[in-house]
Amino acid sequence: MTVPRLPVLDDGVGRRGQGPADEPAPERARDPGGRAPPRGQEGRRAFLQTAAAGAALAAFSGCGGLDEFFRRHFRELGPEELKAVLARIERRNQERFGRATTVRADGPRPGVEFGYGLDLSRCVGCRRCVYACARENNQSRRHPQIHWIQVLEMDKDHGVDLTHADLYYEADAVPRPGKFYFPVQCQQCRNPPCVKACPTRATWQEQDGIVVVDYDWCIGCRCCMSACPYGARHFNWAQPTLAPEELNPDQHYLGNRPRPKGVVEKCTFCIQRTRRGLYPACLEACPVGARKFGNLLDPESEIRKVMETKRVFVFKEDLATHPKFFYFYAT
Amino acid sequence: MRSTHARFLLLAGAALATPALAGDAPPAHAGERLVQAEPPPFSEGIYPCSSCHKDLPPNAERRELAFHDEQQAIFSHDAQHRWCLDCHDLNNRDVLHLSSGAPVRFEESYLLCGQCHGDKLRDWRLGVHGKRVGRWDGEKTYFLCVNCHNPHAPRFKGVEEVVVAGKKTVAPTQTFLKPEPRPVRPEEQRR
Repeated sequence: MTVPRLPVLDDGVGRRGQGPADEPAPERARDPGGRAPPRGQEGRRAFLQTAAAGAALAAFSGCGGLDEFFRRHFRELGPEELKAVLARIERRNQERFGRATTVRADGPRPGVEFGYGLDLSRCVGCRRCVYACARENNQSRRHPQIHWIQVLEMDKDHGVDLTHADLYYEADAVPRPGKFYFPVQCQQCRNPPCVKACPTRATWQEQDGIVVVDYDWCIGCRCCMSACPYGARHFNWAQPTLAPEELNPDQHYLGNRPRPKGVVEKCTFCIQRTRRGLYPACLEACPVGARKFGNLLDPESEIRKVMETKRVFVFKEDLATHPKFFYFYAT
Repeated sequence: MRSTHARFLLLAGAALATPALAGDAPPAHAGERLVQAEPPPFSEGIYPCSSCHKDLPPNAERRELAFHDEQQAIFSHDAQHRWCLDCHDLNNRDVLHLSSGAPVRFEESYLLCGQCHGDKLRDWRLGVHGKRVGRWDGEKTYFLCVNCHNPHAPRFKGVEEVVVAGKKTVAPTQTFLKPEPRPVRPEEQRR
């Protein structure tokens, strides 16, 4: 790989160093920690040049070269560029996991807007969905452990009340008496506060309503996490831990491809499955059939039947986020 | 509601003419294809019922049976008012029957369930009650009432995966589910 000569950013120190020899005092004052000044002004300049070139080299070799560094935003990519980007990620997966993977970027289908229904009168809190999601979506297993679905145990006496919710319940059998269970994941808001908070446009809402994250564009500032009222976004505090044999090789660029350290991730309604017509993994794992999914624009879809015949509500309606994740009571 | 009832009446009428019922399976709409999951297996060696009952004189008197302990021990399906022959047929042991007397094959037992649980049948036919797997935009497999509810003790407790006729399906259990491990607390995460 050839790295072109990069202009070295001049902080003014070097130029001042060209001046008379009796001027080092102001520079020493700028030196943090009162360390001794470098051997000489030329030495410092040379050091800065080498450091900058070295850093650039490290950055490029670490993330796949200049093409990637100067790449355009995902939504501006042409078909050829996109193909190159996907091939690069497959190559990176091969290096990291030693396994062949397929990374696709299926786009939204016209006339489709996804909606999700969750029957609170059925959910027993068994957490099967949580682990099915982690397996399907290549979440970090431990240190950090990342779960896109969080099942809250709540008191029937209090109803949906986050001050009486327990994420860490343990039981030999569920449901426990007097309790009900409230799974929370990304609500795929129509008016998503996370998207507004992102300073780099690394997260956006797709045409079919899925809010996605480009992990290559995310700078890890976590503004979106503080903006999300549902705690649905999760941060890779360390390099994700995922054994190669547990990797799901069927991947989507905006979904379950393996994440690097320092980026935010979230539920995408299993974009790699649902864009191809499959149900999400959490729905298929649910032993009680509490989870419903479909096209909100199709009046015959299961989700529309839920909305038309059941008592439906959205979580934190007062925040006007307009979720497309609907909780309902079938009985 | 009315259309469901009407369909039942039609079915009952048809059933009198033909013992083999055309099922009232969930309707598929455009682009969709519905596949029925395998029903859960019968108890070992119990079916066909007629293999034993052909030698026994029919007895319609409500009583404690000397056989079928497995079902009698757990029976809690409005036990005060119901017993075997409210659903099982006295004269043809290998089928069930509706309250009208029309026979129903074991594979279509949802017709029988729907006589009392009409609201659940309606929701199930729409895909709102019960589980479906496969494609949201096409072919999907739906499960039957008996895949999740034991007809002799129908309150849902849990399900387990079983293989019937080489296909994966589910069967109800008499024990509740044990939840998967709780998530790691933030203070337990190594930084």
